[in-house]
Formats: sequence, structure tokens, C-alpha cells
Amino acid sequence: MEGFPVLLTILLAPVVAAVIMAFIPREEHMLIKCIAATGTFISMALSLYVYFAYDQSLGGLQFVQQVPWIKDLGVTFFLGVDGISLPMLLLTNLIGFSAVFASWNVNHRPRDFFILLCLLITGVMGTFVAQDLFIFLLFYEVVVIPIYILVIIWGSTKRVTKEYAGMKLTIYLLIGSAFLLVGVIALFMKTVAVTGAPDMSFTGLAQAAQGLSDFDQKWLFALMLFGFGSLLSMWPFHSWSPDGYAGAPTAVSMIHAGVLKKIGGYGLIRIALYVLPVGAKFWAPVIAVLGVCGVAYAAMAALAQKDLKYIVGYSSVSHMGYVLLAVASLNVIGLNGAVANMFAHGIMAALFFSTIGFIYEKTHTRWIPDLGGLARQTPRLAVAFMLAAMASLGLPGLVSFIPEFTIFVASFKVYGGLAVVAIAGIIITALYALRAGANTLFGPPRPEYDSLKDIRGPELVPLAVLGTVLVVGGLLPFLLFDMVNSGIVPLMAEISGALQLGGSF
Amino acid sequence: MNVDLSLLAPEIAMAILGLGVLVLGLIVPKGSRHGLGWVTALGLLGVLGLTIAGWNNQGSLYEGIFIVDRYAIFFKVTFLTAAFLVTLGCMRYVDEMGDQSEYYSMMLFATLGMMVLASAGDFMTLYLGLELMTIAFVVLVCFRRTETRSVEAGIKYILLAGMSSAVLLYGLSLVYGVTGSVAISEVGRAVTTEPVPALILGVAMLVAGLGFKISAVPFHMWTPDVYEGAPTPVTSFLAVGSKAASFAILLRVFVAALPGLWAHWTMLVAILSAVTIIVGNLVAIPQTNIKRLLAYSSIAQAGYILVGLVTASEAGIKGVMFYAFLYVFATIGAFTVAAYFYNVTGSDEIKDYAGLSQRSPLMAAVMVISMLSMAGIPPLAGFVGKFYLFKTIVDNYLWLAFIGLIMSMVSVYYYLRVALVMYRDEPVDHTPISLSGPVALTLIITMVATLVLGIYPGPLSEVVNTAAHSFFLP
Repeated sequence: MEGFPVLLTILLAPVVAAVIMAFIPREEHMLIKCIAATGTFISMALSLYVYFAYDQSLGGLQFVQQVPWIKDLGVTFFLGVDGISLPMLLLTNLIGFSAVFASWNVNHRPRDFFILLCLLITGVMGTFVAQDLFIFLLFYEVVVIPIYILVIIWGSTKRVTKEYAGMKLTIYLLIGSAFLLVGVIALFMKTVAVTGAPDMSFTGLAQAAQGLSDFDQKWLFALMLFGFGSLLSMWPFHSWSPDGYAGAPTAVSMIHAGVLKKIGGYGLIRIALYVLPVGAKFWAPVIAVLGVCGVAYAAMAALAQKDLKYIVGYSSVSHMGYVLLAVASLNVIGLNGAVANMFAHGIMAALFFSTIGFIYEKTHTRWIPDLGGLARQTPRLAVAFMLAAMASLGLPGLVSFIPEFTIFVASFKVYGGLAVVAIAGIIITALYALRAGANTLFGPPRPEYDSLKDIRGPELVPLAVLGTVLVVGGLLPFLLFDMVNSGIVPLMAEISGALQLGGSF
Repeated sequence: MNVDLSLLAPEIAMAILGLGVLVLGLIVPKGSRHGLGWVTALGLLGVLGLTIAGWNNQGSLYEGIFIVDRYAIFFKVTFLTAAFLVTLGCMRYVDEMGDQSEYYSMMLFATLGMMVLASAGDFMTLYLGLELMTIAFVVLVCFRRTETRSVEAGIKYILLAGMSSAVLLYGLSLVYGVTGSVAISEVGRAVTTEPVPALILGVAMLVAGLGFKISAVPFHMWTPDVYEGAPTPVTSFLAVGSKAASFAILLRVFVAALPGLWAHWTMLVAILSAVTIIVGNLVAIPQTNIKRLLAYSSIAQAGYILVGLVTASEAGIKGVMFYAFLYVFATIGAFTVAAYFYNVTGSDEIKDYAGLSQRSPLMAAVMVISMLSMAGIPPLAGFVGKFYLFKTIVDNYLWLAFIGLIMSMVSVYYYLRVALVMYRDEPVDHTPISLSGPVALTLIITMVATLVLGIYPGPLSEVVNTAAHSFFLP
């Protein structure tokens, strides 16, 4: 497939599907859903191809496409993937495809729903394949509007109204990105002052940023940390996450918890750390402390929840704490763990949310005391639920065990005490995950749920796709780790000099 | 004296067009004047072509009284594009008001005033263009003369515009008194960094006078009332054209005539910009009328554009021009939707927009895209515009960049409230709104332009670069 713009095709397939859907009469629900499924399937299949066709021994950026875009800003339309962005791209498409099927029963204005969903998926994908900061930003906020509209129309009002949830998601993301934007513009102007020629590509910025003073690196990194951190639900900027997921429709919860917030972690590594290593060194202890606070606080908060979506919402904040701790360790093992954990958590959270979505659809409640014994009535649903719960607590043999283990190994070397606290978080995770599973699925079956239909047909797709990845990723961890490693090692090699020289906090 | 009249060709054509439409209105019987809108629109397209054709034909007339550089040409293209889109989108609205020929000719004369303003090379030409534009707008603002609100808006506008013109004139006369010249280039040479108090007073008055035109806080009080009371197409042309023209002359006066005093006015402009951004965005939040909401948002937009003046550099001017151009599409898109919606339902209240996404997906989409472009959300044009504006100030005015970008995210809050009503709520009246051809065309042009300029701004950015560059050529 030499010369075939495969990344662009992956990116545009859902957009094309959205455009086609716009011309289909709004009553033809089945056709609309099939088109959405086809669009996302093309992207998923092609990204699987790219994942396995990527030459790890060669490393670096592959499948590159470059077109000069805006001359006076030094912007190129620059797409490419390496070992860090490929797992994220694949994750997006696995979840995107599953999300279409998790929403198979949306019958209220489905045309609008699937158009917005496809645009959302494209926006998320774009951030992972862009290798130019400006193009990255273009995609970064595309997602805001589809998410807002999806939440306010198809969301659910429980503890908070869906309007509140939608606005909270949006405002947090935007305020974070306002700081990020100031940081990006200032970084751009300062690198132009160093080299004299504008260049917005990540590599160009990283080279130019070596000429920045330590002070500049530090405050620019702080802005980016705030921007990306609030997207990653870094404690204490996490409060949008449980409320937002609770109000959002299933597909949005899946995509948001599964991949969208990973843009924060990805940006932190790919942009903030790579371009501003001295700043990263300075702020690493702060990131570690905030990460561990997030782990502990969110795990405790999850313990106290009775709404299934809130449990998973807090649990995802807690898992992102591990990612932050791993990033803060600033070594190859830690960053491998961070990227791998983002992938693992993405699959797990998406499966969790899709299962909860089905439970809610069928029983009309997510309130644990009102549920119980569902394993008897809906066994397949129960399998999906338990798979996700087990992955959440890091059961060996599932995809999330090795990433978490790696993170502890890496961070224990650097932050002994903090790592111990983080490891203790696992116990709390086990507690709430198992308790949620036990109270929802086991115990005496309730007669009112006897007539429930188990998931079947298209509803099984999320379980099949995401469940397979959970197991395969756990049994064959090298599939994920070799890939991530091939991206992290060269990145760290480039910045290791700066990391050793730079002053610490 | 050798006068190259080809430089004046667009203005001459415009004057002929304006008079022609007026005369046509007298000849044609009252019932069959619906075609005048098309005459105007196509005429404007012709003048637009003529202006673009003159891109390489730069020069100045009558010893610098009238300057035709690419800077001026670019702004003229902006005005003409705006006038064309407004005319295309408002035909039905105007037909319902009646008196088409007067309306269109006033619109053309206002555009002519803007064109003169963009080319003004001395204070007399400046004033001539400014008054031509203002007086035409006064007539247009109270065009729905049987409605009290429209007439009230007209009275407010004429009183305050007169007042601001007086202040501006006084400021110009003070500058003239100190420097002994009315030509902008000569004033630029005469003004030194050593300020005379009278000159400082003159500059302050210029800021006030032009601040009124661009509706910068604290000279913005007229904006919401006039925007609300005026016929909606006039509002949109006032928000786009009048503002862009005033920015054109603001830059010309401050950067070309008063660079010597840069150190004195730069902080003033920065503060003015910050206050305008903050007040415009915050007061927009509680609005319930779409036109008032857009009025406050346009105040905030003026604040963003002012950012480009702070550094008085080529990059800043480029930012202003780029933003002014894309602002045309965003604003006209939003106002065309509002105008058409008013035609169909007779309401400007936001709550009546309930379910618009189901009654007319195109109108709802254009409204959302236009508003988000104003808020600067990528990948829409407003984002690139803000990038160009704010990149000039991050070195010295980082606080202003923070205020600007955070407030633009705040603005998303009130824009999204409109989206909420249009998308979430079920319509009270389910009948679909069918768009007439020209309105649909206007909406599609604005939407496509906003998207394309946001995703692929490269070509426009290069055109603007050469235009901004010509500003500093002798």
C-alpha cells in the first residue's frame, strides 16, 4: 500500500459516513446505523492494519503525510504514527466501533446522534495522528461541540441534570484549553525568537525549545500541565469527570472515558514532556503528588457511590492518577507503563460503560441497591461486567495487570513512599469493583427482572471487540509493550540529556 | 497634476451604482421592485471584481489625500463582501419593509463611505468617509419607521454618532493645531516622542471618537439598543462593515500618524481592549434576545480586534485584517439566521428558537458554527484569527492574552445556551422552515467560508501578509 494515504483515510472514513447520513431521510434508522457502523469499521480495520504493518525495528514516524499548510506560522499538515500514537489510534477506533453498537438502541433522533458521534470519533483520532502542534489543536477542540450536544439531547438526568453535566464537561475542557493555548502561543513565539523560522511540528518545536531559558520552560510546562491535566482529570481538576459521565449517553461516556481524556496524557508526554523536558523535570514531583492524591481520593470516593456510573467515573479518575505517577517517574519503564495503562484503561472503561449502558437501558436504573442477581437473568451481560471489573482491579491475565505492575516498578524507584500509597489504592479498587459486581450481578435474583432479555445480536459487539482485546492484551502483552517501547525509547533518548541537566523542584 | 482615475474606479462605480438604484426605484412602479435586491447584489459583485482587479494597481491621488494601497484594497474587499452577503440574505426582509430602492441605495452609500474611509490619507477625507457612512446608517437604522423601537434606535444613533463625530473632530483639530498638517503621513513625521499636552488630549479624543464607532467599552452604550432596534440586516451590516471600516481608519491614524506617541497610547489601547473583552462577554451572559446577545458579543469581538493595535506592528495589523475578514462571515451568518427567523416567526427571543435544529437544520448549524467561530473554537476561522492576534502580544502583554483567551472560553457558555435551545428543546411549532434560494446561498457561503478559513487559512494568510506589508511602504 505504498503511497496510499492510509492515515487520512482512517481519519476521513467517519466524516464521510456523517456526510452520507446527513442526506438520508431521518426515519430510516437501520440504514443510518449501518452507515455509521461501516464508517467506523473501515477506520478500525485500517488502524489494525497500520498497527501490525508498522515496522517496530525501524521505529520513528511511519505512514507519514506532509503538506505545507500555513507558511507564516510554519504549519504543515503533518500526519504520522509511532509507537506512542498507534496504540491510542487503535484504542480510539476499537472504542468508536463498539460505541456505535452500544448505541444501537438509540431511536430518538438517531441521525443527529450518529452524525455527531462520527464527528467526535474523527476529532479524537486526529489528535493522535497529528504531528504538528497547530493541527493537533484543530482537532483538540473539535470534540467539544459534538459532546455537548450529545449530552444535552441524549443524556440522562439523575443526581445532576444532563444540562449541568454537559456544561460542566465543556467548561472544564475549555478553561483548561485556554491556558493551554496561551502556553502554545507563547511557546511558538519563543521558539521563533530562538530559531528565527517558524516551525510548529513537534520535532521542530522540541529542537528550538532547547534554546529556551529554564524559567521559560518551567512556566510554559505549568500551563500545559494545567491544560492537559484538567483533560486527564488530574486531581483537583477532576470533578467534571464523574458528573459528566453520569449525565452523558453511553457512547459518549465510552469515548470520553476511554480515549478522550487520554488526549491529556498523550499530550503531556508527546508535547509537554518532549518539548519542555526541563520544565517536566521541575514539575515532576508535583505531578506525582497530584497523581497519588487522585488515586487515593478517587478510589475512596468510588467506595461511597451507589450509582454504577459514578463508581466507574471515580475509578477512571483514580486510574489516571497512576498514569500521572508514571509520567512523573520520567524514565523509560514508567512512560511505557503510562501509555500502556492508558490503552488498558481505555478498553476497560469503555466495556464498563457499555455494560452499564445496557443495564440501564433494560432495568432503567443504575442504582446498585435496586439491582441484584442479574447474573442469573442476563449471563452475557454479567460476563462483560465482570471482565471489566476484573480488569479494573488489575487481575493478572487481563490487559491492565502488566501496565500497572510496570508503573509501580518504575515509580517505586523514584518516589518510594508515594508509590506505596498508590499500590494501596489497588486494594480499594478491588473493594469497590468487587462489591459493585457482587451487588449488581449476584445475590438473589429479583422477580421484576425475570423478563429481561440478555444482550444479543448487535449488542454483543462491544463485548466481543473489547473483551477480546482485554484478554488478548493480557495473554500476549508484548503486542502492546513492544509497540509502546519502540516509541518511548527514542523519545527518552532525545530528552535524556536535558532531564539530567535540568534543575529539579 | 496627473490623476490616475483608474485608482478611483471602484468608488466611482459604487457611486454610480448607488445613484442608479435610486433612479431605478423612481422609474419602476411600486409593486415590481423586488428585483432591485438582485441588481444591488450583482452590482456589488461587479464592484468587488473591479476592486480585486486593482490589486496590483497601487498609488495615491491628490498628493496623498486618497491612498490606494493593498491595505485599503483588502479592506474594501472586506466591505464589499459583507455588503454582498447582507444584500443577498436580506431581500425578503427588505421586501416586507418596502421602499427597496431607498434601502439599497443607502446601503450602497454606506459602503462607499467605508471605501473612502479605508483609503483616507488625510483628516478631511477621513471625515468625509466617516460621515457618509454614518449618515447613511442613521437612515437605515430607523428604516422601519412605523415601529417605535426602530425610530428610537435611530434617534439614539444620530445623537451619539453626532456627539462622537464632534469629539473626533475636536481631536483632529488639536492634532492639526500642534503639527500644522492634516495629511496623515506629514502628521506622522511631525509627531515626535516628546509629547505636547494638547497632542495627548487630541489622541485621547481620537480614541473616544473612534472607540464609539467600534463600540469599545466604555463607548459602547448605544450598541445593544441600536442593534436591537434596527432592522436585522442593517444591524449585521453595522456590526461588520462599520466596525471594519472604523478599524481600518483607526490603524491608519494610530500606526501611520501617531507612531511617535506609541509609548503613550499602547497601554491605553491594551486596557481598553481588556475592558471591552471582559464587559462584552460578561454582559452577554444574561441576555434573552438574540440581537442583544449578538450585540454584546460584537462588543467583545471589537475588544479582540483591538489587541492587534497594541503592538502597532505589521503582525498586529495582519491580525486585525485577518480577523476583520473572517468576522464578516461569522457575523453575517448569525444575523442572517436571526433575520430570516424573524421573518418567519416575528420573534427575536432566544426561547423561541426552540427546536430550530429540527425545523431547519441548516439555520441551526449556521448559527452554531458562526457563534463558535466568534468564540474561537478550532477548527473554525475564529481560532486562527485569534491565534494571529494574540501571538503579537504574548511577549509583552501576557496578561492580556490570558484575559482574552479565558474570556473567549467564557463566551462559549452563552453561545452554547443558544445551541441548547435550538438542539435540545422540542419545537412548539413543528412546521419546517423552508429557506428561500438567496438566503440558503448566503448561509452556505458563510458556513463554508468559516470552515475553510479555519481549516486551511494558508492562502488568505498570505494575501493578508502582502496587504499588511503595503501599509508600511512609503
